[in-house]
Amino acid sequence: MSENGNLFAQQEANRRRSRRLVIGFILFFAWLGFGGDFIFYEYTKGAGPGAYHHVVPFFGIILTMIAASMAWWAWTTGPKRVLWSTGARELTDPETPQEKQLDNVVEEMAVASGLPKPKIWIIPDADPNALATGHDANTSSVAVTQGLLDLCSRDELQAVVAHEMGHIKNLDVRLMTQLAALVGAITLIGDGVGRMFFYGGNPLGGMGGGRRSSGGDRDDRGGGSGVLIIVLLVLWIVSWILAPIIMRLMALGVSRDREYLADAMSAQFTRNPLSLATALGKIEDADAPTKSIKGGAAQMCIADPTGRHLNSKEGKVAELFGTHPPMALRIARLKAMGYQAQPAAIPGSR
Amino acid sequence: MGLIVLLIVVVVLGFWFVGVYNSLVSLKNQVFNAWKQIDVQLKRRHDLIPNLVETVKGAMNFERDTLEAVVVARNRAIAVQAPAAGAAPSAQQVQQTAAAESQLTGALGRLFAVVEAYPDLKATGNVAQLQEELTSTENKIAFSRQLYNDTATQYNTKQQQFPANLVAGFAKAVPAELWEIGDAAERENVKVDLSMHPKK
Repeated sequence: MSENGNLFAQQEANRRRSRRLVIGFILFFAWLGFGGDFIFYEYTKGAGPGAYHHVVPFFGIILTMIAASMAWWAWTTGPKRVLWSTGARELTDPETPQEKQLDNVVEEMAVASGLPKPKIWIIPDADPNALATGHDANTSSVAVTQGLLDLCSRDELQAVVAHEMGHIKNLDVRLMTQLAALVGAITLIGDGVGRMFFYGGNPLGGMGGGRRSSGGDRDDRGGGSGVLIIVLLVLWIVSWILAPIIMRLMALGVSRDREYLADAMSAQFTRNPLSLATALGKIEDADAPTKSIKGGAAQMCIADPTGRHLNSKEGKVAELFGTHPPMALRIARLKAMGYQAQPAAIPGSR
Repeated sequence: MGLIVLLIVVVVLGFWFVGVYNSLVSLKNQVFNAWKQIDVQLKRRHDLIPNLVETVKGAMNFERDTLEAVVVARNRAIAVQAPAAGAAPSAQQVQQTAAAESQLTGALGRLFAVVEAYPDLKATGNVAQLQEELTSTENKIAFSRQLYNDTATQYNTKQQQFPANLVAGFAKAVPAELWEIGDAAERENVKVDLSMHPKK
């Protein structure tokens, strides 16, 4: 497999980077919840016997519970909702040659990936796109638009289906659903807390009072730790204000890494990265938004269904806000894999 | 104190051993499973060929040799396919199956080339459909072979790398044989005799 070293090296690099991002994501989430509990614990530690002591980490527990229930809800209803909202029909009994070919191609890619064959859906939309959904490899579905079937050759269709099988094999649906739930929980609570801060019932005011009354008793501990706690508190509040955007950007970063990874998986399954490159080129040229796929399912598609031009340009904005990496970069990486697999294709290349 | 350090070292080593052992066993089972998948696809191909021959025979009163070669190669491939009893494929079994199947692949490839060379024949609805079926079956065989080779390579690399190779003996890990294209028939370019004309 030495000629495909680049392919597997890319997969490994992508896995590492998205693992780091996910860990950062979770740490940030923990800081927003349990970090706050810790600050309040320190804050109220020295308070008098009658005053409030923040011993139980309510904040972290409540935040985690909200995120867990949102994740559970999105998890149980998500896959069905995604397919239903696209108006897709399941391909159970392929009749036309085109459908038969799709059925065969999906089965081939199931064989190549060593996964059970997913359910196949066709989305009646003229724009070429495809998506994968489902809880795990046993309950997964792959949906392609009619436009993709009409536009792509057999090899290209195979490469696109292989990309989706890559998402299924990497359990990306699970990962992205969970990250989306964390972002959702933060946004929800952020709104609530923001309201508490700015209108009336200010919980910090009460607690601040407790701190002040106890301040005199603890002069011997020095101002150092007190200042540290204030700094931490300010940092924590700022984190909360910025949290929705930071979390969303991190989730998008993970999403883009998973796209690169799925591209590399496609190359592994078909051993033909150039087919995916030409398929992506065709999808990019079609460039109309895929109207029947809603934004929420974007992370599971082969290309951003909103058809935003962000994805087509290289640049800092696209780097930060796209669910998918810029198409030109994806194609360039695939071509690099392709030419490495066939050194004769470019005379004089390394 | 020294005893505690020794104990920690032993426990850590124990965990490492169990981890490597289990991953080797898991990989070994993946290799078996991948081999099974090849079997499934080969059986499907063997079952499909009589259909193919029946369909093409009518539309194709020529190139008898090509058709016959396919039938002969199929029968030979079926004969080789031993009833695997859930065991690991032996090196010999892999080689024999690979050789017989590559004969069949070669014969089918020539048949494809013939069909390609006669547009009239290709235009027949039945043949076009059957060709898609066969392309797909050939692809599935190639992909299941690819999965087997990838899994076997992963397994072989794991058991040979230091320090996992120290555990390989305990896990009864032996290198799995890769499926290689050993036969010249499969590498060879397909030649089609265009001097023959289809009889209508």
